[in-house]
Amino acid sequence: MTKLKLTQLLAAIPNKSAQPTHALSLTFQAGQMWGILGPNGVGKTTLLHTLAALKAPALGTIELNDQPITELHRLKLAQQIGIMFQEHQDGFPASVLETVLLGRFPHLSPWEMESEQDLALAYSALERLDLAEFAQRALNSLSGGERQRAALAALMAQTPDVWLVDEPTNHLDLHYQVAVMGLLAEQASMEKVVVMSLHDVNVAAQWCSHVLLLYPDRPPIWGKAASLLTQQNLEPLYRQKLAMTELNGKPLFVPIA
Amino acid sequence: MCVSMLSVVFAITQGSVNLSPYAVWQALLGQGSGLNQTLVLELRLPRVMAAFATGGLLAVAGALMQILLRNPLADPYVLGISGGASVAALAAILLGISGVLMSGMAFLGAVLSTLLVFGLSARLGNTATMRLLLTGVVIAAGWGALITLMLALAPPHKIPGMLYWLMGDLSYASTPWLAWLVLVPTCLILMPLGRSLNVLARGPLQAAALGVNVKSLERFVFLLASLLTAIAVTTAGSVGFVGLVIPHMLRMVLGNDQRLILPASALAGGCLVTLADTLARTVIAPEQLPVGVITALLGVPTFLYLLQRGRL
Repeated sequence: MTKLKLTQLLAAIPNKSAQPTHALSLTFQAGQMWGILGPNGVGKTTLLHTLAALKAPALGTIELNDQPITELHRLKLAQQIGIMFQEHQDGFPASVLETVLLGRFPHLSPWEMESEQDLALAYSALERLDLAEFAQRALNSLSGGERQRAALAALMAQTPDVWLVDEPTNHLDLHYQVAVMGLLAEQASMEKVVVMSLHDVNVAAQWCSHVLLLYPDRPPIWGKAASLLTQQNLEPLYRQKLAMTELNGKPLFVPIA
Repeated sequence: MCVSMLSVVFAITQGSVNLSPYAVWQALLGQGSGLNQTLVLELRLPRVMAAFATGGLLAVAGALMQILLRNPLADPYVLGISGGASVAALAAILLGISGVLMSGMAFLGAVLSTLLVFGLSARLGNTATMRLLLTGVVIAAGWGALITLMLALAPPHKIPGMLYWLMGDLSYASTPWLAWLVLVPTCLILMPLGRSLNVLARGPLQAAALGVNVKSLERFVFLLASLLTAIAVTTAGSVGFVGLVIPHMLRMVLGNDQRLILPASALAGGCLVTLADTLARTVIAPEQLPVGVITALLGVPTFLYLLQRGRL
């Protein structure tokens, strides 16, 4: 069973001094769906990059299945931990299929060409995200939402055990917001670890099993979504007065102007 | 995939035979007399080989620089490597040094410039390619000023030689073997690295997330591209345009898979410079034109045509 264990972890946020009392000690378990919530600039993205070993933490350690991630070879790590970025970098022009196939990179040795199986994985990821007809299109000719789905398809083709997703619902219309969250929930149900940052607290309330709340000025809290997503916890998080109602047994928060 | 790659490579090789200097090849194959054989084997062949290798080196170096800097305007000279070589070579001409010694100085100049740029911007990584680019461009500008200064102060009878060197000139290219010795292993080394470079072309963060050791790959690419450029410049002076345009042309035709683009660049770059040098030798024979002028005159319209038609 995959698990990602954080011990006294403090992400290195630029221009902010690390406060040891804000350290994180928790374990993301297989089958759980974690939402990281917090105001703008609190370090949600930085934390995800740190979890993916793209950034060294200011303090503490991260272990993947009891092995510190710093001791794992980068390629081995990429076979197990995948991340989707919030901002999609514009490299050289490439087709959607080429982009999704890059997800197979960690699984291939230098001399290997992509096999039938890799292609099949890429195509099934494209189909899962309704992008099959876009396979040969240039990535930069897609809309923001379509690019977001292409990035998710690439992550899906990577078949990681730990899914780190930075704002999965960005740019997506309501239909695809539901489709994408459904896809992530499906991965969690297949015993993957799913950790995502979210700006929409209602998406977290509806989909996440666990949440991590990052406060700018006090220690973070984490635990089951059902018990932590309360007005009492969220109002200081966003420094915003909220009204709460319920829909199908899940809380629904609305900001009050 | 593999078959298509081989076929493209094969097709371009065929093209190069058709394109390359007809007279030279005919002479090469249909020679009888001993005198002509010496002429071809000792004069023409080394020069053609040097031209091909120079073009190949420059095109591969250009393709690498474009990936490294993720900037389509990058060419092998953008980071000032040829500037360093030029200053050293012009100094050699001014001091009356020629031949192998001049080539050696040009090479040292290129290496010096590379180390200077690298030392000043050693922290490659996420945002640091911009730093590398700026450092390189500024150092190139510095070399440019020195070159102008040397030209202004040079005695008149040395100026034509200096200008020819600056525009690229293969008539002193006596040792093509060094260039080949670098070009062939480079192409072999780059084959397994092609996919890593594909990933790097999508941005350093994405590459790192997919398991590429970005820092060491970037260092390797920078030093390799610099070495290729230094050898090319040493062999033939600063032949412009090849390194910028060949990779782009190939991308328009072949897409952006580095496993295809890099070896294809070596072949297409070689073809272009071989052809250009043949024209340079023959158009106003027995006088010679600088080969860099021809590469640009051939390349500009072809490139513009592809750009109009293509998908850049």
